[in-house]
Amino acid sequence: MTIVRRSGAARMRRTGPPFWLALPALVLFGCFALLPLVGVAVLSFMEWDGLGTPRWAGTEIWLDTVTDPATRAALWRTVVFVVVSYLFQAPVALLLGVFTAGRQRYRAVFAVLYFLPLLFSSAAIGITFRSLLDPNFGLSRAFSPGTLTTNWLGDPDLALYAVIFVVGWCFVPFHALLYQAGVRQIPASLYEAATLDGAGRWQQLRHVTLPQLRYTIVTSSTLMLVGSLTCFDVVFVLTAGGPGEATRILPLDMYLTGFRSYQMGPASVIAVILVVIGLTLSLFLSRVSGAGRMQSQQAGAA
Amino acid sequence: MRHTRLRAVAAATITATALTLAACGGASPGDSTDAGTDGGDDDGGTGGGAASAWILTGGGWPVTAGSFERWNGEHDDQPIAVEEFENDAYKEKIRTSVGSGEAPTLIMNWTGGTLADYVANDQVVDIGAQTADLTGRVMASVAQNGVVDGTTYAVPMNDVQPVVLYYNEDLFAQAGIEVPTTWQETLDAVATFEDAGIIPFSLAGQSVWPELMWIQYLTDRIGGPEVFQAVLDGRPDAWSDPAVTEALTKIQELVDAGGFGDAFASVAADQSADAALVHTGRAAMLLQGSWVYATFHTDNPEFATSALGFTTFPTVEGGSGDPANIVGNPANFWSLSASASEEAQQTALDYINQFVYDDDQLTAMLDAGSVPPVAGLEDRIAQSDDAEYLGFAYGLVQDAPHFQLSWDQALPADQAQELLTNLSQIFLGEITPQQFVDAMNATL
Repeated sequence: MTIVRRSGAARMRRTGPPFWLALPALVLFGCFALLPLVGVAVLSFMEWDGLGTPRWAGTEIWLDTVTDPATRAALWRTVVFVVVSYLFQAPVALLLGVFTAGRQRYRAVFAVLYFLPLLFSSAAIGITFRSLLDPNFGLSRAFSPGTLTTNWLGDPDLALYAVIFVVGWCFVPFHALLYQAGVRQIPASLYEAATLDGAGRWQQLRHVTLPQLRYTIVTSSTLMLVGSLTCFDVVFVLTAGGPGEATRILPLDMYLTGFRSYQMGPASVIAVILVVIGLTLSLFLSRVSGAGRMQSQQAGAA
Repeated sequence: MRHTRLRAVAAATITATALTLAACGGASPGDSTDAGTDGGDDDGGTGGGAASAWILTGGGWPVTAGSFERWNGEHDDQPIAVEEFENDAYKEKIRTSVGSGEAPTLIMNWTGGTLADYVANDQVVDIGAQTADLTGRVMASVAQNGVVDGTTYAVPMNDVQPVVLYYNEDLFAQAGIEVPTTWQETLDAVATFEDAGIIPFSLAGQSVWPELMWIQYLTDRIGGPEVFQAVLDGRPDAWSDPAVTEALTKIQELVDAGGFGDAFASVAADQSADAALVHTGRAAMLLQGSWVYATFHTDNPEFATSALGFTTFPTVEGGSGDPANIVGNPANFWSLSASASEEAQQTALDYINQFVYDDDQLTAMLDAGSVPPVAGLEDRIAQSDDAEYLGFAYGLVQDAPHFQLSWDQALPADQAQELLTNLSQIFLGEITPQQFVDAMNATL
């Protein structure tokens, strides 16, 4: 038990709640996450079409899948998807969160409106946007035909970005909510002090709000990045990976390989790759951001 | 102090692991996916004595649903639980269910590669002897699809589904041209409609499978059915046949000429958006399966009775295929799950023998505008409301020297998916016919 070496945080942990409180979560996690994961890892070394008996194939499937240009293209698409999603979601969520943290009544009304997407199921959102973005029967029929007839989901060059927008529309409210809560916890005295020092609105945002939100940003970023890495439902309903392979990101590649081509081996390989990337990404983020050493930044604020 | 804590943690971990394993042991993968209870008051599973069946929605499927309702109304002691699925959802779910031994008693399939897989894994049973009466009444070209290596594993259960060319008569009258019967006339018609701001051919490119109908018909018209038979036989480089390359080239020429408009990749067939383009007067023609006739009548009865035209796929100049050949789905088929109990199997067989293509179902099918693949129906069809269309489709099937099963159903699943992906890229202009041929040859 190495934590004994550390002082403050370690002592806090040792006097924390008893271990058995974690049991229900552990059981569920073991049952529905760890065991299937082991199954998938084993399956990735096997050839199986979903009907007969799985046949042991050794490392052959791994080599084939990893060297397959289609898998690499999907991996690259996933990187673009994750990065662009983050660049779109993070600033919008942060600004919305800071805005709705104000106590004015009209902001509360806005907050409710912004919150709405969280209440809808992803399938419903996907179907709705698919209809809205339809160049033949969508928005273009209701408004001026010229400007809105762009073939958003049918053009291989646009489809990925259209999907990123819709996914962002789904998840921005959640992250805005995180930021709203984060901003509301910042003591007013910090802003008073900043005002006394002559800081304007932007300077307050830059020097008080953002630094105070640091851990919220870390949490929200981790959720955003890993979330878009494994994003499946909305994309599947919107485009099912098409047109061509334009939106076939890794999670879809996994699903289509497994449940359309019935090649469970390669599909499991992609699944394992996704798990490894996801774990590495979250570990890396928590290391870089120092989430493990988090402590209160509000000492003396009261 | 530290040791005690360590020991406590170890004990807790072991308990947790044990609990985890225990909790997992009781769960069976199919528990949560049992069939619904639409048709009966049983739980719909296949473990017990009750029979079950999964069917689809849309097209002519309400007739099948009605047939089961009649059965359940008359057979309290032999209920069949029915659950309805959307086409794509069904295809994904049925495979997993069959593989895990949780399949419904009656397994609906399109024969071809899927049925061959079921047979190879002993998941469906030989029903040749028990259903001889039924298969005797059905057109031979349709019934033979349920035969694998000389044994009948599946029997047809609904309408025969040839792919035909629908068109909007009003738009052709406005444009002052005739419906194309040759490929050259097709290209001329495309140019005319393109100039008039009308989409010449509606195509559900988002669903991709409607694109198959184009390559199937073109390949057949150019090179005959032997070309694809070579692919099915797994002959090396079978896709390199010049007929395939020519068909792909013609497709890309048609796309470039604006034959499908510029937004076909956003049109989805599962919402009947392709048919909607035709009946709202925005597209002139639609190459689709015969089931769309029912869709036209449901979605826009006024158009369907006044301006809906239908004809055969154009001939291709210099092609060696018989212009009377057709492509499509001979029908949907019932197979009997090997994992169902004997009691459930008997119920299912009784249903098949007594209710499939019985008088009531034939009437319901003809009323719904679907063509039963049953021989000797000429008189009944002539008296039906849709005599013109039904007679056309019925004759089409009866006179066809060759009825090509949809390629994605005929091929094994992995090859079919590769085909669909590459074909969609051909339509999008992302790959050349040569790249398509190379990619498909690699799957053989």
